[in-house]
Amino acid sequence: MNALVKDPILWTDVGAVTDVPIRGSRRVPTAEGDIAIFRTGDGKVFALRDRCPHKGGPLSQGIVHGHAVTCPLHNWSIELATGEPMGADRGKGCAPVVPLEVRDGRLLLGRI
Amino acid sequence: MGKEKLVVIGNGMAGCRAVQEVLKRDPDRYDITIFGAEPRVNYDRIMLSPVLAGEKSFADIVINDEAWYADNRIVLHAGAKVEAVDRAAKVVSVEDGRKVPYDRLILAVGSDPIRLPLPGADLPGVVTFRDLDDVEAMIAAAKPGAKAVVIGGGLLGIEAAYGLSKRGMSATVVHLMDVLMERQLDASAGFLLTEALAGKGVETVLEAQSEEILGANGRVSGLRLKDGRVLDCDLLVMAVGIRPNSALAKAAGLDVNRGVVVDDTLRTSDPAIYAIGECVEHRGQCYGLVAPIWEMCRTLGEALTDGRATYEGSSLSTRLKVSGVDVFSAGKHLGGEGCEDIVFRDAGRGVYKRIVLEDGKVAGAVLFGDAADGGWYFDLMKSGEDVAGFRETLVFGQAATEGLRGLDPSAAVAAMADTAEVCGCNGVCKGEITTAIADQGLTTLESVRAVTKASASCGTCTPLVEKLLKLSLGDAFQVQTGPKPVCGCTHRGHDEVRQRIVAEELKSIPAAMQALEWTTPDGCSSCRPALNYYLVCAWPGDYRDDKQSRFINERVHANIQKDGTYSVVPRMWGGVTSADELRAIADVVDKFDIPTVKVTGGQRIDLLGVKKDDLPAVWADLNKAGMVSGHAYAKGLRTVKTCVGTDWCRFGTQDSTGLGVRLEKFMWGSWSPAKVKLAVSGCPRNCAEATCKDIGVICVDSGYEIHIGGAAGLHIKGTEILTKVATEDEALWAICAVMQFYRENAWYLERIYKWMDRIGLDAIKAQVEDPDARRALYDRFSYSQRFYRIDPWAERVAGRDSHEFNPLSRRMEFEPA
Repeated sequence: MNALVKDPILWTDVGAVTDVPIRGSRRVPTAEGDIAIFRTGDGKVFALRDRCPHKGGPLSQGIVHGHAVTCPLHNWSIELATGEPMGADRGKGCAPVVPLEVRDGRLLLGRI
Repeated sequence: MGKEKLVVIGNGMAGCRAVQEVLKRDPDRYDITIFGAEPRVNYDRIMLSPVLAGEKSFADIVINDEAWYADNRIVLHAGAKVEAVDRAAKVVSVEDGRKVPYDRLILAVGSDPIRLPLPGADLPGVVTFRDLDDVEAMIAAAKPGAKAVVIGGGLLGIEAAYGLSKRGMSATVVHLMDVLMERQLDASAGFLLTEALAGKGVETVLEAQSEEILGANGRVSGLRLKDGRVLDCDLLVMAVGIRPNSALAKAAGLDVNRGVVVDDTLRTSDPAIYAIGECVEHRGQCYGLVAPIWEMCRTLGEALTDGRATYEGSSLSTRLKVSGVDVFSAGKHLGGEGCEDIVFRDAGRGVYKRIVLEDGKVAGAVLFGDAADGGWYFDLMKSGEDVAGFRETLVFGQAATEGLRGLDPSAAVAAMADTAEVCGCNGVCKGEITTAIADQGLTTLESVRAVTKASASCGTCTPLVEKLLKLSLGDAFQVQTGPKPVCGCTHRGHDEVRQRIVAEELKSIPAAMQALEWTTPDGCSSCRPALNYYLVCAWPGDYRDDKQSRFINERVHANIQKDGTYSVVPRMWGGVTSADELRAIADVVDKFDIPTVKVTGGQRIDLLGVKKDDLPAVWADLNKAGMVSGHAYAKGLRTVKTCVGTDWCRFGTQDSTGLGVRLEKFMWGSWSPAKVKLAVSGCPRNCAEATCKDIGVICVDSGYEIHIGGAAGLHIKGTEILTKVATEDEALWAICAVMQFYRENAWYLERIYKWMDRIGLDAIKAQVEDPDARRALYDRFSYSQRFYRIDPWAERVAGRDSHEFNPLSRRMEFEPA
């Protein structure tokens, strides 16, 4: 029976994990705007909509530290796992998380 | 049904704080509109003194920026004066004719500074000290060497005089009474304060009654006292007190005495109208300090959300915000009948403490020179605890007293309620701080400041925040003493980090973080760029630049704009260009559809709105025409502005254009702690505006004056003369030497003028005027330039870092089939 349950998410291979620099980010353009894929110092990857909840700054251009990125426009720090602002700006909106999986070293971005 | 309309008149500390207190309890209850007479967002008025003294900027004291109003859907009318309140119709009318209805109205209109009705009081140059406009007027008048007189020796007058003296003026406080701050201090502390101020360049004239303000050439020129003395001045500040602003309330027919009369729920005589802050009279008392205002706002927040709190008046304590002069006062500072005093003096340290006891309880305190225990005495006073049991040690402070009683010094902090306020400036309670420490794993003072804003403004609650960290973390927390840490990832300061990178030959960011015991795995966006720069500077040729520790502009060699596009500025050597270069720029603009072309202040051309993907192709075309990066994005050498000098100008004394081009061709590409702008003027008429640059040259008949430390941005500062040399070669050596000394010595993001303020012009002169030191600095700069004088654009045109400019994948650009 389980074999018949279709994965509701449509996955797209967008490149290799190693294409994203450590403590860095790459962007993937989509019809609804860019998605930012981050790779942290400990090798984890995260994907968020590439828009800071503050003024829409491109998070993919920020400095990645720990599991967070600092927006290049006004220095808001955004938690990569949730897309939420950290510190005193917590609770002021969020950058939506995009489904991301790693299979065999490849990055798969999800669309529901 | 629509929400109730809450209208607040007053965008100051009380008005906004009241709104915050309401939002905290019930964010969706009201449609909120705020009217402010000042054309700006809400800022921390008590911090105007440090702004005047140049210790903080306006940006530092903003409490709520525009985003706060937007995020909470508050309509702000800044610069809109409310003229009348129609209580029958429940409508306020604005000066521009608009009418805004309310269901509930808060008056938070503050107070007006009192202007003494002296002859000459309306002369230009006579100001009060109340808002940012006053501060700006004072700063504008504060020319070094000019004289200021401040009438009023209270808290505000002393802070104003201190600020003006920090700005280079000679300031005199004129006070009617025989003791400064007589409402807070006794004669002994007042005397010590007079002495301490004299040490900071502020003179005091006591028992002086002002009679007439004198003018000359249509401006204030002096103050005549009743005894005939005349004090010359170019600026006169009246700081003699405040008067509650009650005109609006009176006109609306509300009960008004000295201030707008309110009951214990802060309601006026109209049940739909509340009043808070300095405009209020509560139980016969008017307040001019921030702590009671916060207490009123809390009560009002409750009242407007159906709570039951009441305001029963406030006990007052005062601290003076003058750097290096610790003064605290609370309660019955003069003692009186039935009171006893405990007094402690330490002449060597300039410390005076007086604790006033009444019925075995603390009834007041005056502390001078060491005010760290002020909060503790104030707490004892408010709680009414019987102190007879530890009276012997009381005057030595909390640590000594509780240590001798065998108590854990953190016990008092532990006993504080979660709702007790720790930081008065930002209104942060104990519970918020301890929760942040626990939930977010905070371990340093800096990180608590970043997350909660506690102790981030005036800093007087710092010891308490440190105690809370100690309480939460135990021995894992080390109190920070000494220099300010680089960021929340370390407790070490910039100087120590720089010295140890060189001394211990640390040559990578991980090596530096390991050796210097960083507390986070890979730093943060503050410390990583700093460490990267320190390594670039210390190890040219050896160190491999860490791109991921560069701010985006330095990573992609262009300036990010608010919409995520970039601006491109090619170098124009000394501001000189040619038909070929201009043609190439024009072609690039057409080819890439660049929306804006702008001439910069640094004699170059800025191409704005370039798409990131286009950057390498834009650079390739500019490269082909011989142009390279202008580093307009860099913490490094930016522009060298010149005038035409002896080439064309009939006044020119030297070849200023040639020297500018030579300097730029030698120094371009160098990284520095913050941006560095140069200019060379061919004569003292100074058409290249060299005296507001980081480094400037003024050519004179006999040679070249080298200036440093100018700025014309957030701060405006003229340069100071570093040295004078006879030849162009020597000018180049001296400038490269000072650049290298700055590169090796300053803290990351510290402009030359700030660095110069910190270490002193003489320390810089000593390096540049000693031929051996100058030579060694010049040689190190030249060596470093072998590695950094390269065009980053050409490297990227050739393919370096191509991933920066290309998307990872274009497979998701279109909707799935």
